[in-house]
Amino acid sequence: MPASFYILALFTIMSAFCAMSLRNLVHCALCLALAFLGIAGLFLYLNAGFVAFAQILVYVGAVAILIVFAILLTRNAEKNEAKATSSLFFSIPLTVAIAAILLNAGFSTSLRSSATAATAPSVRELGTLLMTSYVVPLEIIGVLLTVALLGAIVLALPERPEAT
Amino acid sequence: MIVFQQIDQVFVTAKHYAVELAPIEWQSIISVLLSIIPILAVFPLLFAITTILERKGLGRIQNRYGPNRVGPYGALQPVADGLKTLFKESVQPRAAEKVLFFLAPVILVIPALLAYSVIPYGRNMVPLEMDAALLFFFAVGAGTELAVFMAGWASRNKYSLLGAMRAIAQMLSYEIPLILSAVPVVMLSGTLSPTGIVAAQDNYTATIAHWNLFKPWGFAGFILFLIAASAESNRSPFDLPEGESEIIAGYYIEYSGFKFALFFLGEYLGLFAICGLGITLFLGGYTAPFSFLNWIPSWLWFFGKLFALICFFIWVRGTMPRVRMDQLMNFAWKFMLPMALINILAAAAWRFVPMPGFRWIVSALIVVSGYLLLGQGLTHKAHYIKRTYKFAT
Repeated sequence: MPASFYILALFTIMSAFCAMSLRNLVHCALCLALAFLGIAGLFLYLNAGFVAFAQILVYVGAVAILIVFAILLTRNAEKNEAKATSSLFFSIPLTVAIAAILLNAGFSTSLRSSATAATAPSVRELGTLLMTSYVVPLEIIGVLLTVALLGAIVLALPERPEAT
Repeated sequence: MIVFQQIDQVFVTAKHYAVELAPIEWQSIISVLLSIIPILAVFPLLFAITTILERKGLGRIQNRYGPNRVGPYGALQPVADGLKTLFKESVQPRAAEKVLFFLAPVILVIPALLAYSVIPYGRNMVPLEMDAALLFFFAVGAGTELAVFMAGWASRNKYSLLGAMRAIAQMLSYEIPLILSAVPVVMLSGTLSPTGIVAAQDNYTATIAHWNLFKPWGFAGFILFLIAASAESNRSPFDLPEGESEIIAGYYIEYSGFKFALFFLGEYLGLFAICGLGITLFLGGYTAPFSFLNWIPSWLWFFGKLFALICFFIWVRGTMPRVRMDQLMNFAWKFMLPMALINILAAAAWRFVPMPGFRWIVSALIVVSGYLLLGQGLTHKAHYIKRTYKFAT
């Protein structure tokens, strides 16, 4: 593994750590955006340019901004009253269990040896695959997102008085 | 004709010559630098020219002189402005978040500069050839929103936070029609690379170029793109984030000195970049509109089109009143978004209807009927109620 991988990994982990541990929620959200950026960098390192740019577009451009919006609109962000109720009794077994699952998945995958992809798939190949072999999952995701969108609109609609 | 070709490629050959002069281990770095430095030199210079042009043009539209004291006809005004911002004290509010306050203008300028790396400025003149370049362009634009939020929030000022919220809501809403209006071009060129998109438009039938603008879906797409682009770069009539009469200067209200100049620069660099993308997608990039004009160098065509688009935006700014927030949102979600989707349908019809004459009719019919039906649907049931004001009489 070259140095660039370690720099990217360290950057991602550090910003994820900051996102967990900082006191101010807005700072946490901005650090989360940095972590997303680091993950996009890891995708670029793996020669997956399309996925990396999609990651930036969706996560840094939309998800991080939405998180920030949610923080600002739902609570008073000026007061740093972020008191996490932490109980070691639950958190340690939970952390260990999740880490075990992730590590197991990481080490048992058949894709392990493809860390340096020899041939980067072009965007054209990705599109062809999405429209032929993986068209059913793509359609299902589309329907799911549409349903979520409609649900959000219904929730946001102002309630009308019954009489009209 | 050889002479014209040489003039067309003069920058490319100059770069090759300069790179070959260097020792072999330095060549790649020199090549990269020779791609970056012209961008860093040309576009800030264009920004300086645009500020004086905009102030002069707005003055002309509003029946006044505009700047006319510094230099002949006020032409040295940008130099004076630059010096002024350099020497001005950079004030920072005591309550501001120091780090974020400092970082925000820098983070605003960097994505705007990154976006220039994938635009083809002339034949063989693209700094970075990439497979997913169009996606790259839109992805780096995402950094702008974060920078705007950081500026608005770190200033600890109600007006700046309001301005940032407005700006982000507007950018998020108009980013969707912006990207969707580019989708038909990608569909019919079959590539995400700007050079490929330009090459697809570089054909001529009866001396007229195959620009996407001259096709029904391209025409509708270009208009949608222009509207979304002016909203995306916070320009009038969509300049609510800096509505002077309501929230003074929006998210950069607390910035002074050179940080303010950086915001100004970032905004204009973003505008130029998005104009360059519009030229690449719809106006044939560096190609000439008529085949008998092909002797004019390609880079001159690109910058001529860029200049024309900038003038168009100045004209719009001098002409249109600012829209209201609810009008802005309604327009984005109820008109721009459905219209962009209908436009994708029109592009699909263009692709799959076999006869060349017939596909013109089908595609144009979809665009026009979509436009009329949407307009009908929006204005038909609009019931105007008397507005009641909470805080004013």
